[in-house]
Amino acid sequence: MSGPLLSVRDLSVAYGRRRRVEALGGVCLDVATGDRLAVIGESGSGKSTFALALAGLLPQDAKTSGTILWPALGHAPVAGRDIGFVFQDPSSSLDPVVTIGAQLVEVIRRHLRLGWQEAKIEAASLLARVRIPEPYAALKAYPHQLSGGQRQRVAIALAIAGRPRLLVADEATSALDTVVAAEIVALLSALVAEDGMTLLFITHDIALASALATRIAVFYAARMVEIGPAPRVLARPAHPYTAALIGAHLGLDAPAGDRLAAIPGSPPDPADPPSGCRFRPRCPLAVARCTADPPWGGAPDDGGLCVFAPEPPLR
Amino acid sequence: MKGLARFLRSPEGLAGAVLLLVLAAAAVLAPVLFPGDPLRIAGRALMRPFTDSALPLGTDGLGRDVLAQLFHGARTSLTVGLAAALAATVLGTLVGTLAGFLGGWTDEVLMRVTDAFQTVPAFLLALAFVSAVGPSLLAIALGIALGSWTGPARVARAEVLSIRERDYVAAARVTGMHPATIAFREVLPNALPPVLALVAVIVAGAILIEAALSFLGMGDPNRATWGDMISEGRNVIRSAPYLSIVPGLALVATVLGVYLAGEGLTEALSPKRRARA
Amino acid sequence: MNRALLLLRRRLLGAIPVLLIVIVGTFFLLEAAGGDAVDAYIGAIGGDAGLAAELRADWGLDQGPLQRLAFYLWRLLHFDLGYSVAFSRPISELLLDRLPNTLLLMGTAIALSFGIGSLLGIAAGSRPGSVRDRALSAAGLALYAVPGFWLGLVLSLVFTVQLRWLPLAGFETAASRLRGWDRFVDILRHLVLPAASLGLIYLALYLRVMRAGMAEIWRQDFVRALRARGLSHRRIVWRHVARNALLPLVTMLGLQSATMLGGSVVIESVFAYPGLGSLADRAIDERDTPLLLGIILAGAVTAILVNLVVDIVYALLDPRVGAGDGAPA
Repeated sequence: MSGPLLSVRDLSVAYGRRRRVEALGGVCLDVATGDRLAVIGESGSGKSTFALALAGLLPQDAKTSGTILWPALGHAPVAGRDIGFVFQDPSSSLDPVVTIGAQLVEVIRRHLRLGWQEAKIEAASLLARVRIPEPYAALKAYPHQLSGGQRQRVAIALAIAGRPRLLVADEATSALDTVVAAEIVALLSALVAEDGMTLLFITHDIALASALATRIAVFYAARMVEIGPAPRVLARPAHPYTAALIGAHLGLDAPAGDRLAAIPGSPPDPADPPSGCRFRPRCPLAVARCTADPPWGGAPDDGGLCVFAPEPPLR
Repeated sequence: MKGLARFLRSPEGLAGAVLLLVLAAAAVLAPVLFPGDPLRIAGRALMRPFTDSALPLGTDGLGRDVLAQLFHGARTSLTVGLAAALAATVLGTLVGTLAGFLGGWTDEVLMRVTDAFQTVPAFLLALAFVSAVGPSLLAIALGIALGSWTGPARVARAEVLSIRERDYVAAARVTGMHPATIAFREVLPNALPPVLALVAVIVAGAILIEAALSFLGMGDPNRATWGDMISEGRNVIRSAPYLSIVPGLALVATVLGVYLAGEGLTEALSPKRRARA
Repeated sequence: MNRALLLLRRRLLGAIPVLLIVIVGTFFLLEAAGGDAVDAYIGAIGGDAGLAAELRADWGLDQGPLQRLAFYLWRLLHFDLGYSVAFSRPISELLLDRLPNTLLLMGTAIALSFGIGSLLGIAAGSRPGSVRDRALSAAGLALYAVPGFWLGLVLSLVFTVQLRWLPLAGFETAASRLRGWDRFVDILRHLVLPAASLGLIYLALYLRVMRAGMAEIWRQDFVRALRARGLSHRRIVWRHVARNALLPLVTMLGLQSATMLGGSVVIESVFAYPGLGSLADRAIDERDTPLLLGIILAGAVTAILVNLVVDIVYALLDPRVGAGDGAPA
């Protein structure tokens, strides 16, 4: 199969029956096999909605429009087998009354069609890969007996058990402390490299994105505002919001006494967004032209959705 | 007022309210429509319904007016149900609030007492109480309350425990308010809503227990009750089964009305959360 | 298993003060009713004031209330609950005679209501909001509003009077001299209607609780994670959602056992079933208060024991209970 792994055109998601709230609007992008795409944004930017939409995990009352194609796959993706998903909260992605082993085995048997004994062995080897000590003993443990970091490792093991082509991590490290988060990030990186998986990870942490990603997409107020190779986006952001985000980030080596370069104002109310460019009310570069929708038809390869950005090359 | 609108908009609430309204009307109008003692002999025994216009539903095995008994029975059931629920709620809330607020040894003792009352089957408790004290409406209501107060007590205590730690209580304490005042002025009003959600269940239970007590012969002998009607009807069940069936249907309608109204009330007080991605 | 045994010990210890309170309460209710054990005894056996005074002195009943309470407790420890006027037999004997029958009735009713109720609840809860769900929930609500004794009457009207399929009353056909399998079937036939009357109401309850439990579980995050893993809907329903929803159901089972015992009193009266219930019936008719209070004590003890069993079952089902072990690495 040729072509990108994932091809999204004009994806929009809205909630609510009486008052329509737009969670995502007109997203277009491509993900090539082997890419590591980081989706960055604040809460409410639509990045999680995007991930859930790709995996088919949106709630019942969500209305989706647009297309999600999987050219390299050749068929509609099957949850678990083609897409693995890791959630933010490790405690709530495991069934509390079933052992880790049982949960792993049932996923393995579902997707790999192995017998009981073989599935157990495979489960143990998965636990070993995610660096759980004493895998065979851990099989008999219940989720509440593990620490948060260990639970997240188990969640990752469950996500890759079906040998999926795409691994989606939705804020997978946000609920963990810094040290553990770093370990999980390293683990994800290693696993993805070993198995040749494509990685889509959602985060609000730019530093994390810079460490792990080959490409970066930036979301703001339910729109994608920038996408491109990670080095380019970080060094020469094409959208004022991206620039502001990078500017607001304070590294460990920043001199003491530096003021936090916060972005003034707050994100728009999803039920009542501003016309034209959504970042306009907070943008230092805003001009009259910005009240018109910045044009962007088709999936951009590398560029920013802003009147000041150069016209992005489209696919 | 918005709560009332929401209550009436839910199908359960509306249906329940309608049922209860009809029954309450029957209860209130009973002495007007059927003056005098409904348990007096009104005519020939076992008269068929729709044969005599003065006795629309005929008479029972002892010659008493069936329709009059039905209406007065509604009065009895609703009175006992509400009285018992009131007593149970007041007693339970008091005990629960005290236990939750004072904590420590008082809490332990009160909780053990609550356990004891909860362990004994509520019906047996009511039965024993009425048997010892004598069957009257008051005794029945109290006996039922004895078995039902533990629910509100636990809910009230749980609420108080969570409220106790909140800031406005600490603020009251700092200003030197007496603990009892704090308990009843600050904590209690906020602990009430979850308790109120239980009320419908208690009322329904009380109506059913009263009916069972009357059925067994432990009801107030001076009042018309549906349970007694069913019991009397049992004697002639082969020849006149409707005498037992109709009061039972009245009971079902009443209890159903209470449940539906209760569900509507719960819906109105706490709108459903939506599951978000 | 260790966890369960520790829980058992803790529960048993906790039950003792509760039982004491019940006993003391019962005692004072007995006092309030007036008349004492000697009156009952004399009334049954016959005797004069002299004998009464003698017995009172013997049994310590001429002492003050606290001593009488102590005496009552002492006799309780020897399983002596006093004497029944209505049956002219020691109360403890009567209770032991009748208790197994009531337990059989309750056990059958619980099995029926829990088994079928939870299955129907799963059927309703596997797709909340569906037509099947709404129909089952409505039926459950209507059934739950029905008085048990009236249901018993209606059922016997249909099945005994009209259809003549099932017997009217009793434990087994009297003086029938049936043995072995025949006797078993006979008892079963007599058990059907009482157990059904008792069980159907609670069936409705368990249906509602199971359905509500499942609706609640569906909202939880780990269910979405299960979908993300690609498991089939059926597997998620049975292996995960129902399994989790079973827990509050088991808790409810414990809470309802006391209520069901009360319900069986009335049902037994309707069907003349010789258990604790019909005993209570007679006790009321003949104003035999010591007997009635003995029944209450038996009811309380049974309820405590049933609750204990249910607690153990719950601990076995929920691995999080009593977890003081398993410190995270």
